[in-house]
Amino acid sequence: MSVHEIEVTINGKKYREQVESRMLLSDFLRETCGLTGTHVGCEHGVCGACTIHLNGSAVRSCLIFAIQVDGQEITTVEGLTKDGELTLLQRNFIECHGLQCGFCTPGILMSTTDYLQKNPNPTLQEIKEMLSGHLCRCTGYEGIIKAIQKTIDESNLNYEAERR
Amino acid sequence: MKPAKFDYYCPKTVDEALSLLEEIGFDGKIIAGGQSLVPIMNMRLATPECLIDINQLNDLQFIELDGSKMKIGALTRQAEIEMSDAVRKHLGLLSEAVPYIGHVQTRNRGTFGGSLVHADPSAEIPLSLMTLGGTLHIASKDEVREVNVEDFFVTYLTTDIMPNELLTEIHIPLPEGRVGYSFHEISRRHGDFALVAAACQLSIDSQDRISKVRLVLGGVDAVPLLITEASELMEGEYLSASLLNKIADIVDEVVNPESDLHATADYRRHLAKKLAVRTVKTAYERARGENNECS
Ligand SMILES: Cc1cc2nc3c(=O)[nH]c(=O)nc-3n(C[C@@H](O)[C@H](O)[C@H](O)COP(=O)(O)OP(=O)(O)OC[C@H]3O[C@@H](n4cnc5c(N)ncnc54)[C@H](O)[C@@H]3O)c2cc1C
Repeated sequence: MSVHEIEVTINGKKYREQVESRMLLSDFLRETCGLTGTHVGCEHGVCGACTIHLNGSAVRSCLIFAIQVDGQEITTVEGLTKDGELTLLQRNFIECHGLQCGFCTPGILMSTTDYLQKNPNPTLQEIKEMLSGHLCRCTGYEGIIKAIQKTIDESNLNYEAERR
Repeated sequence: MKPAKFDYYCPKTVDEALSLLEEIGFDGKIIAGGQSLVPIMNMRLATPECLIDINQLNDLQFIELDGSKMKIGALTRQAEIEMSDAVRKHLGLLSEAVPYIGHVQTRNRGTFGGSLVHADPSAEIPLSLMTLGGTLHIASKDEVREVNVEDFFVTYLTTDIMPNELLTEIHIPLPEGRVGYSFHEISRRHGDFALVAAACQLSIDSQDRISKVRLVLGGVDAVPLLITEASELMEGEYLSASLLNKIADIVDEVVNPESDLHATADYRRHLAKKLAVRTVKTAYERARGENNECS
């Protein structure tokens, strides 16, 4: 009972693979599927580097077993871009120096993308609370917060431009 | 760190889950959100032989208003409770407490029932349920039994639930009349476990006298601590400075905190007194309609 076949959709593509029941989803994504954008840090849910979207919600992939996602949909950081174009949030991370070493970045992008979809106009405090689910050792979060705020402002501008 | 080997079962119905639990017994462990269990397995503090994954049991995922009570399925995600308008309207204490659980990324996965069964003495959901009162519905292959929340928590990480049993739903009475509630916690950082947490829900009569009150403290004993002595003292009284002082004295006497890396027992005792007074005061003001933070 400890090896199983699973089928999952990751970034729009179907993967059918054999997994041992104890394989963490984070290891499955990196080692079996070769999607190394999902980073592995603490492996107990604190650092946030391994955050992905499972059926549209940001979750820790180190606290889920690969076998549990049979038949479900996953997006990893590789799946954020559309036709090779970085998203507004990704571009603003570059522009506002939202990263140095970049280790925490994929997880933060995944959490923020999900969060802004559900809460398009968060306060500064709310942004900080959402980010408290991620450890970044380089930037002191300043650039990251700026990148998120700029994205919110620009999305609202786009929204207003579209309405006009 | 990686977990040890285990066999995996993913039942599709509650009946199937209960049969599996009966068969596997002590060798098995239920996995719900996995936000407490998987870290423990990754560190090999737990090495269950079998995991029974209840994530396909959609029947256990609901928030339902039923007359004078709210029914919440054990598998309901914490983030759903946080977002629920019905919970905000009728059980405001829960809406106020749940956002303090870890981070939104863990609440997206962690469940209401998982937090109750995990029974961490400083966790927000056990504390809130002890304050709101209610019953836990626990099923095994042969029966469904109801346990009052007062009888559910046994000691650190231990509840009244047996290895062949499944927590299915939780029923919480809706508070009636002029009601106020309040939740406060002190933690080292947003998202960390509380050093001490306090919750209070009370009702007042037409003269503003306290008619019913539950004050509960977390992080000061092995289980969420219902301060019954404080209820006895407050019922039938108006809230006053001297009454609040007496509550602090009672709290000082009944709490039983421990020292650890994060805080000394003395500091926890100090926080317990301060937070108890603060929550009772806020709850009372809200019941009188003075504190408009409360809806
Ligand atoms: C970084 C981080 C920070 C956190 N911070 C907090 C915090 O501040 N406050 C807090 O309260 N929690 C915190 N948690 C834990 C919280 O997120 C968990 O969700 C919760 O305690 C457990 O719920 P779960 O659904 O994940 O349960 P699981 O981890 O799946 O299970 C926990 C236990 O309950 C049993 N169980 C689960 N469901 C049932 C059921 N229906 N019937 C019988 N047994 C069952 C399991 O067998 C296991 O023993 C944190 C977690 C992480 C990773």
